[in-house]
Parts: sequence; structure tokens; C-alpha cells
Amino acid sequence: MDKKAISKDRMIYLRKQKINKIAILTVQILIVIGFIALWEILANLGIIDSFIASQPSRIVKTFMNLSENDLLTHVGITCFETIIGFGLGALLGVLIAIILWWSNFLSKVADPFLVVLNSLPKIALGPVIIIWVGAGMGAIIVMALAISLIVTVLEILNGFLNTDKELLKMAKTFNANKMQVLTKIVIPANISTFINSLKVNIGLSLVGVISGEFLVSKAGLGYLIVYGGQVFQLDLVMTSVIILSIVAAIMYQGVVILGKIVQK
Amino acid sequence: MEDILTIQKVTKTYQAKNGELEAIRDVSFSVKKGEFISIIGPSGCGKSTLLSIIAGLEEKTAGDIWIEEEPIQGISEKIGYMLQKDSLLEWRTIYDNVLFGLEIRGKKNKKSKAYVDTLLKKYHLYEFKDKLPSQLSGGMRQRVALIRTLAVKPKILLLDEAFSALDYQTRLMVTKDVYDILKNENMTTLMVTHDISEAISMADKVVVLSNRPTTVKKIYDIDFEMEKRDPLNCRKSHKFSQYFDCLWKELDVHG
Repeated sequence: MDKKAISKDRMIYLRKQKINKIAILTVQILIVIGFIALWEILANLGIIDSFIASQPSRIVKTFMNLSENDLLTHVGITCFETIIGFGLGALLGVLIAIILWWSNFLSKVADPFLVVLNSLPKIALGPVIIIWVGAGMGAIIVMALAISLIVTVLEILNGFLNTDKELLKMAKTFNANKMQVLTKIVIPANISTFINSLKVNIGLSLVGVISGEFLVSKAGLGYLIVYGGQVFQLDLVMTSVIILSIVAAIMYQGVVILGKIVQK
Repeated sequence: MEDILTIQKVTKTYQAKNGELEAIRDVSFSVKKGEFISIIGPSGCGKSTLLSIIAGLEEKTAGDIWIEEEPIQGISEKIGYMLQKDSLLEWRTIYDNVLFGLEIRGKKNKKSKAYVDTLLKKYHLYEFKDKLPSQLSGGMRQRVALIRTLAVKPKILLLDEAFSALDYQTRLMVTKDVYDILKNENMTTLMVTHDISEAISMADKVVVLSNRPTTVKKIYDIDFEMEKRDPLNCRKSHKFSQYFDCLWKELDVHG
């Protein structure tokens, strides 16, 4: 009898939890729908000017005419540049972090330079990069790399240096050499640091690619946004921004899934 | 029985800002095969430093350490060292954790694996060999750490406050487990601890160290005249409290 009473309370509690979850999701969906509906209605009534603010139905139309604007090609180019920049950033970042971890001397020498480079807004290097690398995809990838690399190096090096001292001492009692400490303790102990830095990196690489495309202005979503703005085709700008946020979300989720696979 | 470990006039001086600091001065004692030695001393004396020197993790300023009549320098394969924390690698299974030392020393072969299997079976950990450390209790983790150290077949085992991270109950049980394993393997053991009763309950001899600069103040022989010694039931012996009083006075806590 008593047991049944408890389980009933438990059921009520669980139901409450579930209702709460559904309520949150419903409100979130309603906000999106309400926002789109309001935007559409206000534009239709002429209260806001759809020429400068665009309009959901026009965005959908632009979206449907994918081929007309070569939208897919541009999306593909942006994705490609981001993945290359992101991959290079992660690879070089880990490599440099390992070198700096290995050599105390080098890491002390590099420290002030890393601090300065880290606080420098890398976009300021844009014109220099374009002159040196040429106004093309190369410059855009270098831009993405410039933005993400230093942060990766700093974060992973920091993780490496903060590896549990007790584990290192334990390895030392077995007379482990530096390579063994690196491969058997330091790297496996920092898998989560690595995944976290990838999560930050994917966002930073996109910032690099889009700002690179702004400057180079040849192809990609960044180019479409700048172009759309210049010719007052706000439908194109809005569509590009929405696609960009979808691309960013998918890439971020990709890293999250990768993290779950690696960490079992 | 002959001495397996001889420590002769070991001295350690640190270079400090205001001159030299003498931490350990002329520490000498010897240990017979299979003996369990506890080392106690006032807090802040160099007892852990002494152990680190024997383990080769720290350099000594002067003196000699001999194992089986051979002087040792630096980190020796003859010494196994167990720390306060179990330091198991969370991403490895119990089995791979136990193999860690062998892997580092490049001795992961069929023979050593078979030895690890025997150890795991003998000490009731074999059925957990595919589990991760996080799935084991604190006491079991400490036992795994012990087996990881024993797997490399050291001549001498050093325990540095190896149980002080455990809660009191687990600690009593683990001391018994560890004691049984070590006596079973006839392992020569040096244990540093701040806990006088832990020191008495396991030891054949207790070495009392003085304040800095650390010297050997006195060495006590511990004998409960029991058929089968056990760190738990020897606590009930009237001799236990006598030893405790003696050692407490030696430590000179209020002085």
C-alpha cells in the first residue's frame, strides 16, 4: 500500500517533468512561428518595407530557385573552405602544442608572441594575406587558419601542461621516457580538451571563412551576403544568412558526434 | 637472512636563497628480505623525500644505496613505487592498467602477461579485468595499483602514504588486503606514513626519524608473538598500545 503511494507520487513527478519539457519546446516553436508570421504579415501590410527587410515568402522563393543564384555552389565552396581551414587549424594546432610541450625552452620563448598574436584581431591581417597569398580560396583558408590556430595551440598546450601531476609521477616511477609520457599519458588524458577546442574552432573557422569571402569577394556565402547587400537584394542576404546558420549548426553537431564516438 | 637493501649515510641538501638547507643527514639503516619497514617522523621531516631518493626520483647529495650488494643510481628496475593516489588511467581497462608498467619497460610478452593473469586471479580481480577504473571501489582501485607495481617484479616496494587518500574503513580493509598480498609474495616493503597505528599494524620494524635535518632517531622491532599476524587483529593486542605510546613519545609532537 505504502509502496504504491510512493510510486504514484513518482508518476506524478515524472509526468510533471515531461509536461515541463513539452511546454518549453512548444513555446520555442511558437516563438519561431510567431516571429516569421509577424514578419510576413507586417511586410504584406506595408508596415515594414520588404525591400530592405526582405520577407519570409521571398526568402522561400529565393531558396526554391537555388540553381538560379548558384546557391548550392556557393554553399559548397564555403563548406569546403571551412573544413579545410578547420582541419588544418586542428592539425597544426596540435602539432605546435606538442612541440611546445616537448621543449620547455621553446614554449618560454614563444609565450609572449602567442599572447600578442592571440589578442590581435586577425581580420586586420586580411589585406596582407590577400596580397601575399593572392585573392582566392588560398587567402580565405589562410584567414580561417589565422583565426583558429593560435587559440587551438594555447588551449591544447594548456591542457597538456595541466595533465594530472600524479599520473606523470606514476609514469616516472616506471622510468617512462618523454615519448611514452606523451603518447600514453598526456594525449589520452587530453581527449576532452581536444574535442572542446574543436567545438570552439569550427565556429572560429567559419568566422575566418566568411570574413575572408567578404574581402576576396569571388564566391561563397560571404560573397553572396556582400553582393546581395551591394545590389540591395536583401532576399539573397537573408537566405544566405539562414543557410549559414544551418551550416554552422550541422558542423557543430558533427564535432559533438565525433566527440561522443571518440570518448565512447 | 642477509640484507637486501642497505642505506648508508644518505644526505640531502637543497640550495635555497639564503644558503644551503640540510634536509636529510646521514640516514643509515638496512632491510632484510621479506621485511616490512614503516618509516614515521614528525610532519615536515624528510620522510617522503627519503623515499623519493630511494626510488631515484630525487638525487641524493651524498651516501650510498645498495640493493642485493649492488649500488643503485637513479630510477632502478628493482624498485616498485606506489603513491598516495592510485593513479589508474581512466581510459584503460583494469587489465591494460596493470600492464602499464610492463609496457613502459618494454616487457609486455606472453610470460609477463601470464604472470599478470596469475596475480589478478590470486587477488580476486580477474573478473574485473575488462572493467574501467571508474567502475571499481576505492579499495579495489588501490589493489589494482599494487598489482600494477608488483607486475614488474620489483625487489623492493616503496609505499608513500599509499592509503591516506582512502576513508578510514576502506583504509583498514585495504591495509589487510595489501599486507596479505605482500607477505604472500614475500615482498620487502618500505612504507612512509604519518599514521602511527598504521605503521605499527603492518611493520616488522618501525624507523623513527627526527626533525630537520632528518636523522634516524630510533628503530623499533615490532613483534606481537602471533601465529598469524594480521594488521586488524594485532590492533587488539595490549602490546599495540604500548608500542603506540612509545612511538608517540619518540615523535615528540609537543616539543
